[in-house]
Amino acid sequence: MAEAHPVGFQWVMEAKRRGAKVFHVDPRFTRTSAVADTYLPIRAGTDIALLGGVVRYILENELDFREYVLAYTNAAAVVSEQFLDTEDLDGLFSGYNTDTNSYDQASWQYEGQERNSGGEDTGKERDSAAGLEHESHGVPTSGRIRRDETLQHPRCVYQILRRHFSRYTPEMVERVCGIPQERFLELARAWTENSGRERTGALVYSVGWTQHSVGVQYIRTGAIIQTLLGNMGRPGGGILALRGHASIQGSTDIPTLFNLLPGYLPMPHHADHETFDDWVGSISRPGQKGFWGNSRAFAASLLKAYWGDAATPDNDFCYGYLPRMTGDHGTYQQVLKMIDGGIKGYFLLGQNPAVGSAHGKAQRLGMANLDWLVVRDLFLIESATFWKNSPEVATGEIVPQECRTEVFFLPAASHVEKEGTFTQTQRLLQWREKAVDAPGDARSELWFFYHLGRKLRERLADSPHPRDRALLDLTWDYPTHGDLAEPSAEAVLREINGYETASGRPLSAFTEARDDGSTAIGCWIYTGVYADGVNQAARRKSRHEQDWVAAEWGWAWPANRRTLYNRASADPQGRPWSERKRYVWWDPEKAEWTGYDVPDFEKNKPPTYRPPEDASGPDGIAGDDPFIMQSDGKAWLYAPSGVLDGPLPTHYEPAESPMRNPMYGQQANPARKVYENPVNPMNPSPPEAHSDVFPYVFTVSRLTEHHTAGGMSRTVRPLAELQPEMFVEVSPELAAEAGLAHLGWAHLVTGRSVIEAKVLVTDRLTPLRVDGRIIHQLWLPYHFGTEGLVTGDSANDLFGITLDPNVLIQESKVGTCDVRSGRRPTGPALLDLVADYRRRAGMTVDRRIPLVTTDAVGCDDAAGSTDQRSPEAAAGEKRGEDA
Amino acid sequence: MGLRTFIQGWPVYRQLTGTDPLGRGAAAQSARSAALTARTETADSVARSVCPYCAVGCGQRVFVTDGRVTQIEGDPDSPISRGRLCPKGSASKSLVTSPLRQTTVRYRRPYATEWEDLDLETAVDMIADRILAAREETWEDVDDAGRPLNRTLGISSLGGATLDNEENYLIKKLFTAMGALQIENQARI
Repeated sequence: MAEAHPVGFQWVMEAKRRGAKVFHVDPRFTRTSAVADTYLPIRAGTDIALLGGVVRYILENELDFREYVLAYTNAAAVVSEQFLDTEDLDGLFSGYNTDTNSYDQASWQYEGQERNSGGEDTGKERDSAAGLEHESHGVPTSGRIRRDETLQHPRCVYQILRRHFSRYTPEMVERVCGIPQERFLELARAWTENSGRERTGALVYSVGWTQHSVGVQYIRTGAIIQTLLGNMGRPGGGILALRGHASIQGSTDIPTLFNLLPGYLPMPHHADHETFDDWVGSISRPGQKGFWGNSRAFAASLLKAYWGDAATPDNDFCYGYLPRMTGDHGTYQQVLKMIDGGIKGYFLLGQNPAVGSAHGKAQRLGMANLDWLVVRDLFLIESATFWKNSPEVATGEIVPQECRTEVFFLPAASHVEKEGTFTQTQRLLQWREKAVDAPGDARSELWFFYHLGRKLRERLADSPHPRDRALLDLTWDYPTHGDLAEPSAEAVLREINGYETASGRPLSAFTEARDDGSTAIGCWIYTGVYADGVNQAARRKSRHEQDWVAAEWGWAWPANRRTLYNRASADPQGRPWSERKRYVWWDPEKAEWTGYDVPDFEKNKPPTYRPPEDASGPDGIAGDDPFIMQSDGKAWLYAPSGVLDGPLPTHYEPAESPMRNPMYGQQANPARKVYENPVNPMNPSPPEAHSDVFPYVFTVSRLTEHHTAGGMSRTVRPLAELQPEMFVEVSPELAAEAGLAHLGWAHLVTGRSVIEAKVLVTDRLTPLRVDGRIIHQLWLPYHFGTEGLVTGDSANDLFGITLDPNVLIQESKVGTCDVRSGRRPTGPALLDLVADYRRRAGMTVDRRIPLVTTDAVGCDDAAGSTDQRSPEAAAGEKRGEDA
Repeated sequence: MGLRTFIQGWPVYRQLTGTDPLGRGAAAQSARSAALTARTETADSVARSVCPYCAVGCGQRVFVTDGRVTQIEGDPDSPISRGRLCPKGSASKSLVTSPLRQTTVRYRRPYATEWEDLDLETAVDMIADRILAAREETWEDVDDAGRPLNRTLGISSLGGATLDNEENYLIKKLFTAMGALQIENQARI
């Protein structure tokens, strides 16, 4: 955090000054480690084992915040007797389908709810009696969930958690992560001692958690701990995701993402969402409780914002215009399709995948096989010059005279040359004023897309084709100003906020959304940012003139709320859990919720409110259920649906690992997304043979002085001077083993590529003793490329493409490699070196990666494999069976 | 200049009698440095902005003189950053005024080995033509079962995390209306 989010880190130091203990877990010792109370080096890709150890420590010692857990979580819910845990199936859960490598979630449901598994294959055993009752109701409702308030029922969530994590002992943490038991216990003790009624603890993560083939489950494990300890919805608590781009949160909320529409409405799927009712019904089924119950109004209001007068209740608000998904259309799928010639045109808008995305070579080969490419950026980045200046030009894989891609480079306006809002990492929108005009041809994206849309509509004005109606009926009448006809960003923000269609009055809250066409809302979670016709994101009341919550600086979604689910900062009766941690509470005299923040609860719903049997939407949420966006108002320790690779997190080895999984026969995430493509060979991992060809673990991260793919930092003189060169950090022990000299050259090899870097021998990296052997880890920055003031090989070229199944984010925080002294070969010799490694590692074109490596589900994928588990690991498993 | 003024102007005197006994501030100030004015004080205008790098959202003040950015500093009013900026944020002025910034359209013809110049208006027109052609060629009306698809898989886009909400909104709205589904950004990475 001190490296990549330095100014945010001042608050950690502020907390430390007031007595907080700071623990830093990272494969590499960084500026954060230097000022933390305790630094724990960890083997990359093993965080679930560490966090799972903390969960076990909490449960075995009954250190959970029991009142909070009982009232606010699903700990007491009883799960189906059809559910089988990883303890039963050697690392798999029940419902695994070896044909599709995915799970049927029916058996994961609460008892009696087996048929409500969320639309997946529910053809397996069902509890027909209760299931039939709920067939038209979809998601389970709290009134019908069987609960055991004593938490003793063997199938209640609490006991399932205990059993699932029973294997995550301090000894196991040491064996898997390389963290000595006493250091682990120091962490577990501090975390639990600093949580509860009087104290809260916070968890901070970044892409070191998300960029894994099991990344979502990392965060789930953190959520389980924070929920068990009562750290959610309370001041000083929470799970804080530090995001890495100025408005990456905004581009998720108002998604330039294939599977979402603004406000987390799903992009329709051709088979499941043929009609408007199918679509809305899949978001919130009839009778659904919680605020998602209003999704019909949010969906109708979005379509109304898009298609204006053309969108009416009679034509389902032009729902038919929306494009439909048929499967995976994510960026990595697209790149592989580009290589195969399946994509004609590609826009790059302030993003540089030639350096910043995993498998840089695949990115560049894809770009070299387009009809046309539009790059909009401040600088001539690597993704604009791949045809003349990429590593593939040096190897002869891209020949400029044979590369057909037509490239348009359009200069972009910088952040001071346009006005608009960024949404930062805490969901806070801040309006930027324009300082100066953009130079030359540089334009904002607002200008480019507005005028592009205008030209497209002009060209199609007389089109007879039904397919062009969606463009022609689009509301696209934004006012413009100035010589360049710049569209008004405030007018766009006003549409995002939403308005009453009859009067044009801006809406103040998303509760005003209607499903009859009387409201238009571009992004319902942002409603209120333009309340009363005032740009609330432009508020700049000094921190010296308001309290510490600073509610009058910018505007946070939803409803200017700074801490989500803050109803949980009060006890079930609505009183603060403690004076120290007072935040939001029920005022019985005024009969309303009040506090320092905007209460995340219906203002006048008393803690004693109990919903009637048939209540739905917000009315279905009881006065002591703080998690109002959940269908049952509870935080989910166990997720019966919604997470595709298991209702509970499980330690799996990374897709590329030098080790056999010490915990289960199942090696890696069995539901991970793999692309079996000749361009994308993955290094072998046990139980496959030849993993020793790539014996080392490498990981990457940012330098303080550079920004992602370097387009905004290698081009800036002071930053280029501060970090002028690509390098690799290795421990003195690895340097000795591999014959690497400090400040000399080394090259790293994977099945995809080879890159070179200067060697920095440092004890910032330390060899770890893991499962009876020594694991060496290397660290690299990933900012370098062939353009800019300072250049170097790209670390992302080393990675292959394997994705988390829930969010399709790539595993680019851990991989295996070999490292050798000296510079890499150049030209065709470089390809020969990589080919030689592939040959030695058995990475042939017809090789199939074994996704299942246990025979617990009667699958023979593991047959013929070389099991490289240590005798110690095998013995541990034996003990597990005996217990 | 009287004798008294002369003596009071002597740094040692000021160090011994003033508020700066270590002689590292006011006492050491020369007449020349006393007469200097920060360019932030003489700026024509100040825009309140936000740092363009990571997602912490540090407040920036952008100082402008004669239509040019002369300085970017942390905004001391911000409850997020309290006036601080990291090395990258502090280099923002160098970013926006960098001589390496490209300010004209560059065009690379298929199979060419060098860039060419191109007029901006022409470039946007050419891009519009190519979108319509790609759409025409790859349009999918319905699936095998006759259910609507309304899309083109011939067009892709990547980017948005460095852009404004208003920009992302227009990008998504226009691409969706043209049936382009394969829209992605850094949030997927």
